[in-house]
Amino acid sequence: MTAPTLSVENLQTHFFTKAGVVRAVDGVSFRVDRGEVLGLVGESGSGKSITGFSILGLVDPPGRVVGGRILFQGEDLAALPAERLRQLRGNRIAMIFQDPMMTLNPVLRVETQMVETIQAHERVSRAEAVARCRDALGRVGIPSPEERLKAYPHQFSGGMRQRVAIAIALLHKPDLIIADEPTTALDVTIQAQILAQVQTLCRETGTALIWVSHDLAVVAALADRICVMYAGKVVETGTVDEVIDRPAHPYTIGLIGSVPGDRPRGANLFQIPGMAPSPLSLPEGCAFRPRCGHASEACLAAPETTSQGDRAFRCFHPQLGAQA
Amino acid sequence: MTAPLIEAAGLGKRFSKRLDYAEKAARFLGAKVEERTVHAVDAVDLAIAPGEVVGLVGESGCGKSTLGRMMAGILPKSDGAIRWRGRDVDGLAGDAARDARLKAQMIFQDPFASLNPRKRVRDIIGEAPRVHGLVRRREADGYVQEVMRRVGLDPAYRDRFPHQFSGGQRQRIGIARALAVKPDFLVCDESIAALDVSIQAQILNLFLELRQDLGLTYLFISHDLGVVEHISDRVVIMYLGRVVETAATAELFDRPLHPYTVALLNEVPRLSNRKRKFETIKGEIPSPLHPPSGCHFHPRCPMATDRCRSERPALRPVAPGHQAACHLI
Repeated sequence: MTAPTLSVENLQTHFFTKAGVVRAVDGVSFRVDRGEVLGLVGESGSGKSITGFSILGLVDPPGRVVGGRILFQGEDLAALPAERLRQLRGNRIAMIFQDPMMTLNPVLRVETQMVETIQAHERVSRAEAVARCRDALGRVGIPSPEERLKAYPHQFSGGMRQRVAIAIALLHKPDLIIADEPTTALDVTIQAQILAQVQTLCRETGTALIWVSHDLAVVAALADRICVMYAGKVVETGTVDEVIDRPAHPYTIGLIGSVPGDRPRGANLFQIPGMAPSPLSLPEGCAFRPRCGHASEACLAAPETTSQGDRAFRCFHPQLGAQA
Repeated sequence: MTAPLIEAAGLGKRFSKRLDYAEKAARFLGAKVEERTVHAVDAVDLAIAPGEVVGLVGESGCGKSTLGRMMAGILPKSDGAIRWRGRDVDGLAGDAARDARLKAQMIFQDPFASLNPRKRVRDIIGEAPRVHGLVRRREADGYVQEVMRRVGLDPAYRDRFPHQFSGGQRQRIGIARALAVKPDFLVCDESIAALDVSIQAQILNLFLELRQDLGLTYLFISHDLGVVEHISDRVVIMYLGRVVETAATAELFDRPLHPYTVALLNEVPRLSNRKRKFETIKGEIPSPLHPPSGCHFHPRCPMATDRCRSERPALRPVAPGHQAACHLI
């Protein structure tokens, strides 16, 4: 077995606020291999985005990575000096954010921003850089890239802007892309176009992809493996087929049950009772305990990760294959 | 078929940008400057029967929200007519007009922006019924508690402000506010889009429950086909201001006819559909400022002919209860 592109071990990112310490990411471990797509699924506040930000060293104070290792091709990103991290960021590891209007500079032409990205990491002539930008835009399906390079971000539609962001992320043929809800703001037809391109790119270039999303259906269609997060912890992980067909953790089961479309029309959807706990006062033991139908005395202690072959879950009462 | 509760006939909405002084001067000097008009909703016919749940689907910019707002009576129309229980809303006066307005209520997308942050929940919910004389001041408190219980909120929280609630609870407050004036017809504009999956399920279940208990009629606007399939009796698909297809939910999902509907359904991600290859409709929804000629969908349609480029297809019945606007069907 080859070394994984990225392996995260027991990552802990905490926010030190006046109201107390928020354990946004609390002991998360996973790995992504070359050419593999990992879906990181969870609801708001589960810590999925902060996990992505932590990998790239983008967590701002009062937040801090306080523990664990982030091994990218053997290098521990959490312990790297800022300058080395800067060299990797945008070069070997790229990020695609949810809102392309926020990530593109509104007062610079797309060309300027793209050339800047290339020249930040490589010594190439401007003409060559522009040529590469043009190819990159063409690859993500932007018509007449030559002219579009001269345009400003506001002259693009939402879907086009996200493609520009993806083109920028791909400029250096990174080994790892972290995509944080990149299609959430887009329409279905545009989402499908973007997913199609991402799929092709991963297959062709061997880029590993971490797809952070709250949308189980999109992840099921795109990913090879899934990590389900709840309250800062990975509660279940495995291949897409394993996790969706035979979920073990009651939270995963509830999540799958709440997705409309695969149930009889008009029938009541399964609802997970209660709501996500405040990260400031997480319940003792298993954080899902107060919402779980299977909770018992044992759940007052925090469950450790149980591995069964290629899958793992954190639960004392796994319900393998049960339906909500 | 029963008489429709609410009916749009040839309903249209145009948004125009007035010329500014420079443009007027330029036109005076002979330059070709015209008022720019967006035809957001273009001659839409839609009848909704009492107790029916109609799902309205389309991509952003297709005019689905504009149509919903006109039917809820909060946006004036440009063309056509809206009939409430068979009577033209424009012709109503006095109590009848007020009644028609109150009976159609709207639930908005963003539970953060649609509630006044400086009002307490008791006022947000209780103000409208009191102003409209549906309850007396003395009974208002009891009434607010009753409505809150109905939507699954603890009445003990009625003196709190909206920011003290979570997203799902705020959406319940929005629903309670709409229900407080005893409506028959609710327009839900992307009402669950901003919520987490597990909370979405709770709110969807609440909608289904209210429909059963109160006999409500819904126009459910969403871009999420999975949600629409789950909740609706009938689905209406819009593209660039026009209705392109409408049918009973099962029929539409099993036998979509319009090429746009077919493409849209193909692209809905589903749990049962793993590691699939995405095939995509080319291009994006065109700007409504310069809509394509003929059938609006022809530049993206794989089967477009010359006729599609020149002639607008009419929405016509193609099977019982199934209408589509396409020359090729």
